[in-house]
Amino acid sequence: MDFTFLMQLLINGLVVGSIYALVATGFVIIFKSSSALNLAQGEFLMVGAYICLYLVLQHKVPFIAAFVITMLFSALLGIVIERTTLRPLLGSPVISVIMATLGLASVLRALLQIFFGVDTIPFPEIFPPEPVHIGPVPVSIGYLYSLCCVAVLLTALTAFFKYTKSGLAMRATASSRQTALSMGISVKKVFAMSWCIAAMVSAIGGILLGAIRGGVDMSLANMGLKVLPVVILGGMDSIAGAVLGGLIIGLLENLCGGYLDPLVGGGVKEVVPYIALVLILMVRPSGLLGSRRIERM
Amino acid sequence: MLKVENIQVVYGDSMLVLKGPSLEVPEEGIVALLGANGAGKSTLIKAISGLLASEQGKIISGTVLFRGDNITGMAADDVVRRGIFHVIEGRRVFQELTVEENLAAGGYTRKDRAGFRSDLEFIYDFFPRLAERRRQSAGYLSGGEQQMLAIGRGLMARPQLLLLDEPSLGLAPLLVQEIFSLIRRINTERKTAILLVEQNAAIALSIADHAYVLENGAIAMSGKPEELNASGEVREFYLGISEHGERRGYKAMKEEMRSAFPAHRA
Ligand SMILES: Nc1ncnc2c1ncn2[C@@H]1O[C@H](COP(=O)(O)OP(=O)(O)OP(=O)(O)O)[C@@H](O)[C@H]1O
Ligand SMILES: [Mg+2]
Repeated sequence: MDFTFLMQLLINGLVVGSIYALVATGFVIIFKSSSALNLAQGEFLMVGAYICLYLVLQHKVPFIAAFVITMLFSALLGIVIERTTLRPLLGSPVISVIMATLGLASVLRALLQIFFGVDTIPFPEIFPPEPVHIGPVPVSIGYLYSLCCVAVLLTALTAFFKYTKSGLAMRATASSRQTALSMGISVKKVFAMSWCIAAMVSAIGGILLGAIRGGVDMSLANMGLKVLPVVILGGMDSIAGAVLGGLIIGLLENLCGGYLDPLVGGGVKEVVPYIALVLILMVRPSGLLGSRRIERM
Repeated sequence: MLKVENIQVVYGDSMLVLKGPSLEVPEEGIVALLGANGAGKSTLIKAISGLLASEQGKIISGTVLFRGDNITGMAADDVVRRGIFHVIEGRRVFQELTVEENLAAGGYTRKDRAGFRSDLEFIYDFFPRLAERRRQSAGYLSGGEQQMLAIGRGLMARPQLLLLDEPSLGLAPLLVQEIFSLIRRINTERKTAILLVEQNAAIALSIADHAYVLENGAIAMSGKPEELNASGEVREFYLGISEHGERRGYKAMKEEMRSAFPAHRA
């Protein structure tokens, strides 16, 4: 029984952590290409969850099709936002860009409230409710799907950055914007691409989270803030770091929530990401895998 | 091929750095642009390549014509697509990318895969040190190797006009000779026109067909290398030859080093 409890906490942690990892990756991609923090990341997530839900509930679109349409919509949203809010700020101080994303977050949130209201909308059951048993431990199928989905996505993203021309252009721009320009790389296109990817992976995170939780409401946007310690922990500019940070924080939250919260009466789950963050930054100021610029001796 | 006419450039809103110089690079020519630190040489080639925009620089008057087309103030990526590649001053390699990825980035605008591969091999042949380190992060290359990489990256684009900003910066004398023989070879074999900014005036004049001296944002002198060589001012300020005819170029330096440290004679 005790072992089963531990295993369930670990699996919960892994699943939630993998979604953190996904959303954090979107965050890192934008940060790398334009050194801007996107404070609307949580809203991107919510947009994804609501659009998918809307298609499934209102228009009876099959889940897979709704998922694909949501992806396309998010990609478009990313591009439109980059065009209308970020590009005019190209060359202005990073702080203005960050403030713009904050404004964007409020606008998106308000729009969603207008269209969908503030009540929790239940997510239809898309996965069979009976859990599968891994040894003695019951695991819900939705969790397994979610884990696989994130793993596939992260692998695909890694391959995209490593092996495609666009991926190379994005990494070159992250390394040095001016030098990338001198190669003939269109930095504007790279920015648009990074917003597009970030919006898409966040939307997927939102859909998965909605499906797992069984409902969608405004609290989903808190993921945007929760992912901040994940990103900083991972090192701001490292995708591998974001993944590692996501898993660590997902596991920590669930373990602390399961074992410590009953003892102290709750709250540990919420603060433990920040405690871990502070402790790790004390030892490694640039995060787990963050780049210290290459210094030759 | 390239014609810069009375170009004026400001940084920020006020600082006039280029005060209307004009310059011309003929088809298949090698043109040297000399001048003291801060004269505006890098600014001039950034004005051609479109990189000014990323530094708050602006062309306020004058034109840049490339093969008859007006490319004044055109975005950098469009300029590259038209066949002009700017190798930026100071070995700006992509540190986090491998050597090979850096070279691939240089060929970003290319469409022909076969030519891409053969150019890669050409560069590795010419710089075996890069070939040995092709999977290594460029940030860990030595300064000289980074400069080889920066130049190699420029060749990967197969430009029709190559703008080189101080290719010899920080290189050992032997390597400087090699780099300049490479520049010459690219020029004759591929018919690539070259605009060369150099502090090492002696070697720049040795391969150039024509040279300009930029002073304080304006052209102070221009002519065939022999004409500039003969001019007292150029001899004194850029070639390190005083009026007494005593040569203090690289050869003389080497002799001095040898007599001062005889043990170094190998
Ligand atoms: N981005 C910039 N913003 C403001 N001023 C600049 C900028 N870049 C260059 N300058 C100024 O413009 C002038 C010309 O600079 P430039 O880099 O063109 O000189 P240069 O001839 O290439 O010199 P060097 O031989 O040292 O490379 C200098 O006075 C420099 O301080
Ligand atoms: Mg310069």
